[in-house]
Amino acid sequence: MTKAEIVEQIYERVGFSKKEAAELVEKVFDVIKETLARGEKVKISGFGNFVVRHKNARKGRNPQTGQEILLEARKVLTFKPSLVLKNVLNEETPDPSSQTPQE
Amino acid sequence: MTKSGLIEDVARRTPHISKKDTEVVVNTIFDSMIEALKEGDRIEIRGFGSFQVKIREAREGRNPKTGEPVHISAKRTPFFKVGKELKEMVDRSPDLPEEAEDDEAASV
Repeated sequence: MTKAEIVEQIYERVGFSKKEAAELVEKVFDVIKETLARGEKVKISGFGNFVVRHKNARKGRNPQTGQEILLEARKVLTFKPSLVLKNVLNEETPDPSSQTPQE
Repeated sequence: MTKSGLIEDVARRTPHISKKDTEVVVNTIFDSMIEALKEGDRIEIRGFGSFQVKIREAREGRNPKTGEPVHISAKRTPFFKVGKELKEMVDRSPDLPEEAEDDEAASV
């Protein structure tokens, strides 16, 4: 699925013009990106949380040469899927031997 | 920022579209993404990142309280891989004071 397909879905489901839908889709991802670029987290209930995490500097190794290198401190983005999403993905696989998915 | 904050922000940037309509669209975006993942489809948003469902193999676990062995069945889990542009934006983001961890409660 791409942005164009999301636009198509909006057109089909709620009858929005593709032009307006495309504009809104673009803005939605822009706002999420800009928020994360400020270091803030974005929580989408029913979907998941995007969180900026700080990673401390550490020593690493070049796997090819075995040479030690210093990995600088950096910030990374992590996505934590919501419980709702995790459950939805496992809904239609009823396995009699299994219980509800565990955390 | 929460979903309602996102709707507010997007609505402010699109004054020619009603807030109600913006809300419908934001919800439809995430609904259609969830359905794509449900069908095992990969989602790729250029400049943002991609989402993919991977299968976690069944394994034998242990109840941490009782030590009793339990069977954990295979399950499908969504993974996100950050895109290059966003990855760089995030790396340059300012340090914010650490918040209390509220991930568990917030993820529902």
